[in-house]
Amino acid sequence: MLKLLVQRLALGVATLLAVSVLIFWVTELLPGDLASNILGQSATPENIAAIRAELGLDRPAVERYTEWLGDAVQGDLGKSLANKRPVIDVIGPRLVNTLFLAIYAAVIAVPLSVLLGILAAIYRNSVFDKGVNIASLAAISMPEFFIGYFLILFMSVQLKWFPAIATIKPEQGFFQHLYVTFLPMLTLILVVIAHMMRMTRTSVLSVMSSPYVEMAVLKGIPKGRIVVHHALPNALAPIINVIAINLAYLIVGVVVVEAVFTFNGLGRLMVDAVAKRDIPVVQACGLIFAIVFIGLNLIADVLSILSNPRLRHPR
Amino acid sequence: MNQWDELQQAARSGRVSRREFMRRAAALGVATSLASGVLAKAGYAQTPVKGGTLRVGIAGGSTTDSLDITTYTDTVMINVSTSIWDGLVEVDDKNQIQPELLETLEPNADATEWVCNVRKGVTFSNGKTLDADDIVYSLNLHRGEGSKSGAAGPMKPIKDVVKMSGNQVKIVLEAPDADLPYVLSDYHVLVVPNGFTDWANPVGTGGYKLEAFEPGVRAVLSNRGGYWKEGRCNLDAVEFSVINDDAARMQALMAGEVDVSHRVVVSLIDQINAAGSYEIVQAAAGYHFNLPMLVDKAPYTNNDVRLALKYAINRQKVVELMFGKYARVGNDHPIPESDPFHNNELPQREYDPEKAAFHARKAGLGVSDVILSASDAAFNGAIDMSVLFQATAAAAGINVTVRREPGDGFWDNVWLKAPFMTSYWGGRPAATQMLATAYQSTAPWNDTHWNDAGFDKLLADAKATTDQAKRKTYIWEMQRMLHEEGGAIIPLFKDWLDVHDSKVKGHTPHGMFDLCNGRIAQKAWIEA
Repeated sequence: MLKLLVQRLALGVATLLAVSVLIFWVTELLPGDLASNILGQSATPENIAAIRAELGLDRPAVERYTEWLGDAVQGDLGKSLANKRPVIDVIGPRLVNTLFLAIYAAVIAVPLSVLLGILAAIYRNSVFDKGVNIASLAAISMPEFFIGYFLILFMSVQLKWFPAIATIKPEQGFFQHLYVTFLPMLTLILVVIAHMMRMTRTSVLSVMSSPYVEMAVLKGIPKGRIVVHHALPNALAPIINVIAINLAYLIVGVVVVEAVFTFNGLGRLMVDAVAKRDIPVVQACGLIFAIVFIGLNLIADVLSILSNPRLRHPR
Repeated sequence: MNQWDELQQAARSGRVSRREFMRRAAALGVATSLASGVLAKAGYAQTPVKGGTLRVGIAGGSTTDSLDITTYTDTVMINVSTSIWDGLVEVDDKNQIQPELLETLEPNADATEWVCNVRKGVTFSNGKTLDADDIVYSLNLHRGEGSKSGAAGPMKPIKDVVKMSGNQVKIVLEAPDADLPYVLSDYHVLVVPNGFTDWANPVGTGGYKLEAFEPGVRAVLSNRGGYWKEGRCNLDAVEFSVINDDAARMQALMAGEVDVSHRVVVSLIDQINAAGSYEIVQAAAGYHFNLPMLVDKAPYTNNDVRLALKYAINRQKVVELMFGKYARVGNDHPIPESDPFHNNELPQREYDPEKAAFHARKAGLGVSDVILSASDAAFNGAIDMSVLFQATAAAAGINVTVRREPGDGFWDNVWLKAPFMTSYWGGRPAATQMLATAYQSTAPWNDTHWNDAGFDKLLADAKATTDQAKRKTYIWEMQRMLHEEGGAIIPLFKDWLDVHDSKVKGHTPHGMFDLCNGRIAQKAWIEA
């Protein structure tokens, strides 16, 4: 058991290291550099050379990689090339915003979709099952920006219930933050719910067709109890994995929703940084996203092992 | 729409002056009292009211923005900076130079040395009184070896800035330039105290102080009181919210979350007008789109090829289909109609497939010769325009291959390198400035590689003389040369389109740049 955990952790670190090389290499490949992108069309060869020398972009790539990785391990992500602020200061508030929105959406979406999935499994082929399926599939089929604009059009421009701009300001309180980010949260829920709900339903149903459940039915145990006590624990592993993927999506994949609602999260920061070739910020964002993805998958792995006696006690 | 409605509409969007409005209203037989009422409603001749918070939904911001004035490239920082700092001179909405921190600029006879008087009695936000040292230091931020400033190019002709006395400086130029005040109106050229380097905590002579600044997110400013410019900086506070997404910006306006916005999407104008409580601010400008051909690269070395392509684009159609009433047809030179030196006797070049075919045949243009490198990084709609051009050129028997270039690194890898491409120029307040920036043989941004000794001579002569009649002859001649032989197809000039809630006043059209040439916080006020 412990061996398995250590193994997974080591694999995770190795993956992270490989990703760090990839991030660095890919950012090197980007055409053009900060010097010319900061100045855009108004760059002359002289001021490009001046900026490039100042930023140390003229040094060899390997040297810069080892230096960057060494600093990053110690928690120093360097300074933004564009405005000289420490990358931590640039990323910190954005990361908090992103996590806030992701947790806000997850806290509602995860229980809701698991519940809906279980109910759909219990009342399989009923009107409720079909209705939930159709609604969630419809929501996932529409692109995020469409759902976002749709919600803005009705709920903020016409009904004026919620603001169209989800910019979190430090002077606002917690509940105001919840109010301001309601529409992006709703959009995200609509996007992620179908995936988790349908996986819950499918895996519960597949366990429901196994012999021991049949046995339980023959014993006369009520259906709800069978699903929750007998089927669900054995169906958990795939559900946990799907939840992990969706949580990762809520953190790293919401750049379109951020743009639609002018929400200032990590995604737009990274896009901005890529456009301006602010490489330290791009690399730090890439690293954070990689950690989130690998970390959540690691946790999901561990949890599915814990939830499954056969994996917990391998022969 | 009858003429009176049209005139009222023009007044509301600020397209006619007060005097012009009253004259035309009288000609239409409208009672004076009624006409004045309309003017009052349109925000003319009203005394600005103090107070209120203006919320501006603004595009052109990035998380990489910095308060360092030498790094500015876009609208957000330009508007924030004019709230905190003042410039040396201001270009007004009639394209005339108005004094700002320099009260007077007096050239010598050949316009190579300018003696400037520094405005007295102006204090910085840290209590320091403005003097000549501050001016010298501020100008030097953009000059000298290794300058990283965005204004390093325009400032290059300045040989020296000398302090004459506590309130006087002398600017010495490499070559005569009667338009130096226009050069000094560059948005990077702002005045900071002598020796100032702490950009995170700005110190300026402007009317507002910075309360909060998150790059690419927002900037909040509050009035620091006692601004030296009469009638400006009337708001208690200004809040800039960066909204780069076009649709989101317009929705924020319509949902009542911002009072002012800009870069209005043309297709949404009808919807905004239908809502009834917003006003579009339209300004004819020098901002134009161009298709530069490098005149030293085959096949564009041949003027017949250049003419063939100039005749092969249907400007009317492009304007009509892409921008409706919000753009003006161009005539293959960069001087807009709003410029006093616009050559209005040049015949307008029309779409003429026969002439195009004639010139193409004469040059022996092959089917794979013309490759247009296009990207929407040049301007929004560049690809569409290229495809339209391709279609109208095909009707003249000219095959144009449109090559889509990635927007990433476009200015780095394509601009000044591809022989034929899509590009744009922001307007310049002075005609000589525009011609010097883009068409002088030695200019680093000469994007057609236009190299003509006669042209350079005319440009130098135009800059060297203060005789307006002579200048007109020179500048008109340069426009004719570019129109007939130049390497740029200039299909259209694009209007600036701002919008505000009707309660916002003082936000009037300015041909240089949108949002009152970046001075929205100084000029706008809110009707009580």
